[in-house]
Amino acid sequence: MSAPATSGPAPGLGAPGTVRASHDHHELGFFRKYIFSVDHKVIGIQFMLTGLVFFLVGGLMAMAIRWQLAWPWTKMPMIGNLLFPNTGEAITPEFYTMLFTMHGTVMIFFVIIPLLTGAFGNFLIPLMTGAPDMAFPKLNMFGYWAMIPAIACVVMSFAAGGGGPAAGWTAYPPLSTIESAAPGSFSAQTWWLLALTWVGVSSMMGAVNYVTTIVKMRAPGMTLFRMPLAIWGLFIAALLQLFALPVLTAASILQILDRVAHTGFFTPTNLVVNQLSPEMAGAAAGGQPLLWQHLFWFYSHPAVYIMVVPAMGFASDIISTHARKPVFGYKPMVYSMSAIAGLGFIVWGHHMFASGMNPALGMTFMVSTIMIALPSAIKVFNWLGTLWGSRIQLTSAMLNALAFVAMFIIGGLSGIWMAATPVDIYIHDTYIIVAHFHYVVFGGSVFAIFASIYHWYPKMFGRVMNETLGKIHFVGSFIFTNGVFYMMHQLGMAGLMRRTADPYNYETYAHLQPLNEFISISAFCLFAWQIFFVVNFFHSMFWGKRVGRNPWKGCSLEWDAPSPAGHGNFDHELEVHRGPYEYASREVDEDYLPQTAKV
Amino acid sequence: MRILVTLLFAALLFLGVWTFADAETFLLAPMPEGYTWWWPKEISTYGQDIDFLFELISWMVLVFFVLTEGMLVWFVYKYSKPTDEKGSGSHGNHKLELLWTAIPAGLLLIIAFAQMSTFANIKFAGSFENEPVFGEIWGSQFDWRFKYPGHDGRLGTADDVESPFELVVPDDQKIVMNLRSRDVLHSFFIPKLRLKQDAVPGMTIPIWFQVDQEQLAEESKNEFDIICAELCGWGHYKMSGRIRIVSRAEFDAWIDEMTTKKFDNGEIN
Repeated sequence: MSAPATSGPAPGLGAPGTVRASHDHHELGFFRKYIFSVDHKVIGIQFMLTGLVFFLVGGLMAMAIRWQLAWPWTKMPMIGNLLFPNTGEAITPEFYTMLFTMHGTVMIFFVIIPLLTGAFGNFLIPLMTGAPDMAFPKLNMFGYWAMIPAIACVVMSFAAGGGGPAAGWTAYPPLSTIESAAPGSFSAQTWWLLALTWVGVSSMMGAVNYVTTIVKMRAPGMTLFRMPLAIWGLFIAALLQLFALPVLTAASILQILDRVAHTGFFTPTNLVVNQLSPEMAGAAAGGQPLLWQHLFWFYSHPAVYIMVVPAMGFASDIISTHARKPVFGYKPMVYSMSAIAGLGFIVWGHHMFASGMNPALGMTFMVSTIMIALPSAIKVFNWLGTLWGSRIQLTSAMLNALAFVAMFIIGGLSGIWMAATPVDIYIHDTYIIVAHFHYVVFGGSVFAIFASIYHWYPKMFGRVMNETLGKIHFVGSFIFTNGVFYMMHQLGMAGLMRRTADPYNYETYAHLQPLNEFISISAFCLFAWQIFFVVNFFHSMFWGKRVGRNPWKGCSLEWDAPSPAGHGNFDHELEVHRGPYEYASREVDEDYLPQTAKV
Repeated sequence: MRILVTLLFAALLFLGVWTFADAETFLLAPMPEGYTWWWPKEISTYGQDIDFLFELISWMVLVFFVLTEGMLVWFVYKYSKPTDEKGSGSHGNHKLELLWTAIPAGLLLIIAFAQMSTFANIKFAGSFENEPVFGEIWGSQFDWRFKYPGHDGRLGTADDVESPFELVVPDDQKIVMNLRSRDVLHSFFIPKLRLKQDAVPGMTIPIWFQVDQEQLAEESKNEFDIICAELCGWGHYKMSGRIRIVSRAEFDAWIDEMTTKKFDNGEIN
């Protein structure tokens, strides 16, 4: 059934026989196989489908945001009379605040993190390290099912109160903690915090599993420095979650207490909010709003790296496989990912340069933040080194991975502007910031996710996705993504602030409306273009071309397993003889030498 | 596909260079006077320091951008050519790794140290603590209020003058003001002055600026936007204000007028 317990010698390491033994299982019923499964591959696919559904939800909210920014307070076509029957079919300011709050929340906590660590972390770690399953399969199942209360809480936060959560995805107090500051969002904000806490539980279960599996359950011969970079990325991301998540959980419990039990961790004395005094109403005070910002960013900055380090790993593997060339500088790649993670813990203050934090502290955060560009630069050079002298196959997976590199460069370089404290004074919270993190998270991580889906789809379903549709999807997505996010740099340079529902009342911003219109139209096209992906994804699941174990002629272990792999993963014993990137090897006639092959 | 992909990546490279190098004419729509899709012209004494640092970083970034994206475009074109030969089996190059670690490290350190004196000048207490406090800025949902000490030069006395929405300042002195909030977080942002600071309830945060008279003389007007730059609730988008920069004589006359108005209203007897 499930993988053997980890007590005693780890399976695959000390007792290779267990790999085969675990494969002798009886057929499971539908519910045990697809719904309440303990198989890491099924759990991974569950995470993926959930993540993609929420991608649609978050995307729809982005479209509504773009409607408002291009044509503020005008009738929304088609769904306006459904959503806003009382306000002339137009978005209200409260609704707009809810939109960008929930767009950020959904995309970060329900899309990117679950897709990268939940979906691919689950699916790839045992397959690529040669383990029959995760170390704790039931805990792993719990990790997915902890997403259900999280989803329920998020749905409740939409439904409860008058306007939904209204304090941004960063939930800065006192706006998020004082009821009269955001009328209508009181219970919504509490549900939102509970959702965040449950997502944290889910991530924690995953992270414990990933670290244990990688440390204890690798196949014989699979040393740490023979692991594919995808596994290194997931390993490092899991460590980040283990160390950073408790802080966010503690912080959100403090904020829940502030709201429900009227404690005052984040509430200063003598507030008068909307003509009401929280203290007169019986709430405690004497707290400090900046405390929340420190606690929040202590998790949420490492979370940015949780959202990009695995993507870096996936892109490295995909580029190497489809360029038929070993990853250039494997160890520097590992070290630079580790450096990003390590430095990632001492840069959170760069979100607070304008916050009123001691400016001397800002100076030190500036130096650490600027230096984190170094490992990122090293990674870019090594990806380029990988391409140099390669034999590029322009598959859909490769195209998306190359786009990841192209757009990560932009997102990385623009980061230096905002790391520099004096420059940040002007660009802080402008659209340059919005452009920057969308280049990293959308241009970077989302394109890496697309690449990974094209690349590992055959292992999931035994069929490849349609290449023609894949290429059409790529070309449009690439053009429209840059149409949306590149131009946001220009908005930011003109000084446009994010989270502004109607900027054009300001003299400074009045001329930016046509540019916003252009961006919105690009965004609608980008959204619509994803139909090619959706059709391809579901069509290929049933009618795609069947392929064997190794359609891309890859070297790493997952291509040794059947496509799709059964419960227990491998149908033969594994022994790893070399690193994962022996492409263009001179030792054999073929242009690849799998990790398990004997020469 | 090979040509198409090369063109796509090359277009990104071109877009980057064009928007940067040709920023002033990168305008597809008619622009009102003084406003572009680039930074608006600054009018404060430290504004030019900030703009200089932005340009310094931009030039360095541009070099790396052209280098890396250029190599990407070239490699994608060159190495996607169909062939039966095996590619290079290279696993890396130690010297290259050292080179592309050391050079960016040096440049990044230069960038980091180049920021420090400007940041210290703008934010550290040493640059304003000996100046008298010019007034107070109060943020609350969803307006800005400005408090002046009045004729006695002291805040918190009966002759204090309060001005909603409009901040009037003289152009010939360093203006030091205490930034405060009554309710939630706000952020005091004047794009033309390159000034931005969050207002935090429970904290008094000093800010300062000095108008550059020569730069101001080149402007066609003396009134500019004040913008709230931190989400403060549903009405955040309309939490605006104006700053009016006037000569010393005009400022004194304005304070007199505000004081008279206040006493005429019978607020103080």
